[in-house]
Amino acid sequence: MRDGVTFREARAYLEGADRPVTDKRMTAAGAMSLVHDGDHIAVGGTLYSRTPMALLFELLRQRRRQLTLSRPLACYETELFLATGGADRIVSSWVGIGLQWGLAPIFRHYVETGAAEYEEWSHLAMGLRYKAGAMGVPFLPGLSMLGSDIARMTGLKTVTCPYTGERLAALPALLPDVALVHAHRADMFGNAQVDGYRHMDVDMARAARTVVVSAERVVTPEEIRAQPWATMLPHFAVDAVVEAPHGAYPHECYGLYEADVDHFDAYVRSIQEHGVDAARRYVEQHVDAHADFSSFLDSVGGGRLAACAAGAERLMAR
Amino acid sequence: MSGATAEEVMAVTASRLLADHKVVFAGVGMPLLASALASRRQAPNLTIVLEGGIIGTRLLPGHLPISTNEMRAAYGAQMLTDITDIFLFAQRGYFDYGFLGAAQVDQYGNINTSVIGTVEHPRVRLPGSGGANDIISLCNEIFIVTQHEPRRFVPRVDFITSPGYLSGGDSRERAGLLFGRIGAVITDLALMDFEPGTRRMRLRGLQPGVTVAQVQDQTGFELVVADEVDELAPPSAAELSIYRTLRDGPPAVPPAAVVPA
Repeated sequence: MRDGVTFREARAYLEGADRPVTDKRMTAAGAMSLVHDGDHIAVGGTLYSRTPMALLFELLRQRRRQLTLSRPLACYETELFLATGGADRIVSSWVGIGLQWGLAPIFRHYVETGAAEYEEWSHLAMGLRYKAGAMGVPFLPGLSMLGSDIARMTGLKTVTCPYTGERLAALPALLPDVALVHAHRADMFGNAQVDGYRHMDVDMARAARTVVVSAERVVTPEEIRAQPWATMLPHFAVDAVVEAPHGAYPHECYGLYEADVDHFDAYVRSIQEHGVDAARRYVEQHVDAHADFSSFLDSVGGGRLAACAAGAERLMAR
Repeated sequence: MSGATAEEVMAVTASRLLADHKVVFAGVGMPLLASALASRRQAPNLTIVLEGGIIGTRLLPGHLPISTNEMRAAYGAQMLTDITDIFLFAQRGYFDYGFLGAAQVDQYGNINTSVIGTVEHPRVRLPGSGGANDIISLCNEIFIVTQHEPRRFVPRVDFITSPGYLSGGDSRERAGLLFGRIGAVITDLALMDFEPGTRRMRLRGLQPGVTVAQVQDQTGFELVVADEVDELAPPSAAELSIYRTLRDGPPAVPPAAVVPA
């Protein structure tokens, strides 16, 4: 476990920060200039659900270096960062592509050769670590991880309950520099709404110093107020808003579009054949060759986007 | 019914362990299929929970999820919450069963899904725990489902990702794991539990036509053999039909059955 900012420092930063209710809309390029080399980036969504892909592609395009990426379950986006030198440390509970694609070869290569570090926690441990950060406390107690080798490898400590004498795992607050989350809707002030499950997005955002929200649609403040129960982050916890239709593609966005598994298939086949070079070529072809994410989506084509949307429509029908 | 695959035999055996009016925390793949099968047979009020934050999923036959965090996993759900919250339900004690697969399992039910070799010099870096460590630590009764092969059933796992009975005896409790027990290990060859006291894996049942010697031969450690070892009932035609429909979708209507207009 590597020490980052302390919970006191995280609190002091927030106390000293302004919370202006202003128009926070930015381009993805502008928002990603808030990220610095070496930062710890918490990536919203999980596996291939509601990944902030438009923001991640921009981060790849800008070639940030030596990032730490944390995520509940990490997917192929992690491999793209490893293969291009964008990240050298992963904090997660699981790194793969998805069960049917087997092990993630690029991830394996970097971790097995020691070129990148994989700090493995349990799924709940990741959740409680973000939650401790979001709660403004230095740790939270939990009942998993105990007795395991992941506890040994992470240097997990235990705490004795002052009331019952029971020994509990003490999950240390995880305090990202920047959280990137993708929402269904947001207004220009940053009030962000999500339909469906929220993964760990709320806690990772509230634990982070800087929060960037990409949204399928930027809506009026009145539209947010019409259903306030759907708001997952209030404006004062958000620093930048990026409008990004299909912004999780090729991953899914609940209720709007399913993941494009053919896109993963093609990626996995290419890396199985050509290894790291194929992952780099993927970035050249799908990221670097485009000025922005919408140009990448144009190259994918409306037919495939429509097929992903049709899949979601079928699942929402009752 | 003949023609059942190893996967189908395991899933059907596992599904029969699930009682009605219980809550099962299922992993994606076979545990989810086994749970869905149980909910369409003996356990219509079985509530299936998935780690994506999904409670009471129904599943759309033929459109099964690849991950527990996607729309397909949420089809027909009663509640969608977040990941941390789902595990906190488990920690509170609501989840009767936890269902896990295993790349490597040892005689005490410890599971490795992290690394083959050592962490310092891994031969294969596996994806990691995901929710498995939490499920095995927090659910009330754990079922492990995996194919029966010597490379999977090892005396001691290379790395304890998810703690079973650790080194046997009361070592699980002493490590601070206050709750949960490893109820059964289900394979294509056998059904096993853990001997009281020693907590070593114990053979309890054989899949049809399988011998004790065959099971021992496919196990990389010495199994305790229960005084009585039952032969498990083969998958029935009804169980296989439901299972296959779930997995593949409803069978196409054969042309001969189509009545001309």
